[in-house]
Amino acid sequence: MNATARPLDVPAMVKEAALTAFVVLMLTVILVGFELRDVPGAMALYTRIPDVVACVALAFAARIALVLLREGYRGAVIVGAAIVGLLLLIGLLPETLFGTEAAARTARRFMPFEAPVVQWCLFSVTVFLGLRAAIGRRRVRVAEIKEREAAADRMGARVQSIARYAGPILGFAAVAMPVAFRNDQQVMSVAILVMTYIMLGWGLNIVVGLAGLLDLGYVAFYAVGAYTFALLATTPDIQLSFWLSLPLAGLLAALVGVLLGFPVLRLRGDYLAIVTLGFGEIIRVVIQNWYGFTNGANGISGIPRPTLFGLSWDEEAAEGQIPFHKWVSDNLFPIDYTPTHEKIYLYYIILALALIVNWFALRARQMPIGRAWEALREDEIACRSLGINPTNTKLTAFGVGAMFGGFAGAFFSTSQGFVSPESFVFIESAIILAIVVLGGFGSQLGVVLAALLLIGLPEAFREVKDFRMLAFGLAMVGIMLWRPAGLLAHREPTVRLKPAAAGKAK
Amino acid sequence: MQDSFSYFFNQLISGISLGFVYGLIAIGYTMVYGIVGMINFAHGEIFMIGAFVALIAYFIMEALGLGWVPVAILAMLLLSMVINGFYGWTLERVAYRPLRGSSRLAPLITAIGMSIFLQNYVQLLQGARPRPLQPMIPGGLELWTVKTPADTDYTVQVSYMELMIIVITIMLMVAFTYVITRTSLGRAQRACEQDQKMASLLGINVNRTIATTFVIAAVLAAVAGLIYTLRYGSIDFFIGFLAGVKAFTAAVLGGIGSLPGAMLGGVLIGLIETFFAGYAERGSEYKDVAVFTVLVVVLIFRPTGLLGKPDIEKV
Repeated sequence: MNATARPLDVPAMVKEAALTAFVVLMLTVILVGFELRDVPGAMALYTRIPDVVACVALAFAARIALVLLREGYRGAVIVGAAIVGLLLLIGLLPETLFGTEAAARTARRFMPFEAPVVQWCLFSVTVFLGLRAAIGRRRVRVAEIKEREAAADRMGARVQSIARYAGPILGFAAVAMPVAFRNDQQVMSVAILVMTYIMLGWGLNIVVGLAGLLDLGYVAFYAVGAYTFALLATTPDIQLSFWLSLPLAGLLAALVGVLLGFPVLRLRGDYLAIVTLGFGEIIRVVIQNWYGFTNGANGISGIPRPTLFGLSWDEEAAEGQIPFHKWVSDNLFPIDYTPTHEKIYLYYIILALALIVNWFALRARQMPIGRAWEALREDEIACRSLGINPTNTKLTAFGVGAMFGGFAGAFFSTSQGFVSPESFVFIESAIILAIVVLGGFGSQLGVVLAALLLIGLPEAFREVKDFRMLAFGLAMVGIMLWRPAGLLAHREPTVRLKPAAAGKAK
Repeated sequence: MQDSFSYFFNQLISGISLGFVYGLIAIGYTMVYGIVGMINFAHGEIFMIGAFVALIAYFIMEALGLGWVPVAILAMLLLSMVINGFYGWTLERVAYRPLRGSSRLAPLITAIGMSIFLQNYVQLLQGARPRPLQPMIPGGLELWTVKTPADTDYTVQVSYMELMIIVITIMLMVAFTYVITRTSLGRAQRACEQDQKMASLLGINVNRTIATTFVIAAVLAAVAGLIYTLRYGSIDFFIGFLAGVKAFTAAVLGGIGSLPGAMLGGVLIGLIETFFAGYAERGSEYKDVAVFTVLVVVLIFRPTGLLGKPDIEKV
């Protein structure tokens, strides 16, 4: 089996592994090995020596496994990873595996870890190594980045051709979904959340994916939209309805985007990223401290829900309004009141909004402005010399992206009924960016998959919620290292010159 | 009450010592930017880890019965510098080296990913609540006495802690300047900054030089973390974000790539923040806004900063 196996240089291997183990020891000895806990009146120092030992031992073993893989000893690595993984799994889930409390306690004694996060990390490393050994593709050690990006591009292009069929199917599934879950409020809530992030992802994708402007403060426009609607709807003298406020929220967000973008869009990519981040923080701090206008950190509550042509979703509507279920029962067919109706209605609103964004992004690619965005992403200097005004072009992308963020924000505040600055912290921007990045810049389908993965999965498995952000960060790093252009990157220009015309140009 | 000059003086000292924290972090940003041309977004998190290691080191020393202040502070300093050096090295090795030569945005995104990861790593291991440390160096140097309107004496003083911060930072800066300007390591670094390919042709190990740069940046951030812990007496897993962004602002203000500029920018940002909080109406609530506004304004009107050289984009 090990035809490709080469003889091992054991001392060198041990030395390499020992170095890795030493580095891991230094990384973990303080932060993992000790913990400060609150005890009444003071702080107490606790030790977690077994965790450090486990980390160092596993680092040693993992490095040896990597060397073995490199030299072609796949079988040994698979067996080793399976044994270690099984042991760790026993320590992780003793109740589930053994059922009884006593057995769980015995298992715990073998695995005296204090911090579950350490266990999960070790387990993930083991699984990763085992999988890599099992899949068995020999890693090209120093693969050219350009080559990897080209490979990702080819895959993106393949997905793009699939998307022609997958898109409508997914769209149909999204429309039909509430029919299947019409009695499940929990599922509908998660679906609304995922859909909101899909919409935000598509909106940001215009800015980041198409125009190539890294925006780390997208949540600012989301916040502007949310507060616009919240203030318009709750101020006693105005009390605009959701449908009237929605365009206003979008316009205001776009205006803010253009106002911000005008001075800063001349900046190079990474500077732009930091300025947008700073701007996002400015908006949040202002919202948090401007008590007279935004009610500060307490937020705004009692934001009305949208109505359907004046039909209310409450069981007993306020004066002058008719509840939806009553109207349907009177005019069409008898139905009972259920709060899920409202959820389904909200779901369709956000679905429609998201599809508008999607439609716009797809159409824009065929239009001069979209082509200019894509061209600008690839090479700004070339664009400038061809007569494209980079500032105006970027500004439209920024403004359009901000507008869609504003729409999503208005929807967010009506669906939650409550807004506060807590919802608009930097990490939200990072999550939206992660969705775009993981999906692959510019890929509409990728955003959907990434949003399902990043928002839907953690909602489905609430136990791992604590680790969600940890895994988030790791996934961002891992995917960037593996495919620097994103999972389903699509950098192929949407429109190409006709070959004949290209020939003539020569 | 104190008179306006004493108030000004206290604000000035406090602004400078805060500025030194930002300056020490900003040097990390500026060095890394100078040599690999990327914003090490996770640098604020490295600073936060330095602060945590320093805090834990204090409690370890206390548990060992070595709580005497000078020894404890020395141990905190050394331990956080060593551990942070390893974090800096690992960060570069894991998240940035594989992406060298890739597009500009890819390493920035891994940096954001690492930043999120490190924040949650510390939060999960050390808890989310702020970790307090009682003031280690009480008292201060008495300077002069003024009469207050209520006819009582008020003594203007500089706390020993702030004096120590200023002394430590200046000593560190002298050592650091020596390393950069006089040693072969510093020469290699400056060579890699100018032209990596040429430097490697002349026998400089570029990878090792870049790794060393990250280690130095992390070590300086560790000192900043220690100072922050002593100065504020309370840290949590989230301090790295704001301090990181402000330090980056300082690096940009001073001119990114310029080492004296980073320190200058740090002190300016520290002063702006302190004076804005001290003098403007409701300034302490909006002091972060003031700093971010400085960032935006500087980038718009003088993207090269105060001491930076213009960066010409090559085709």
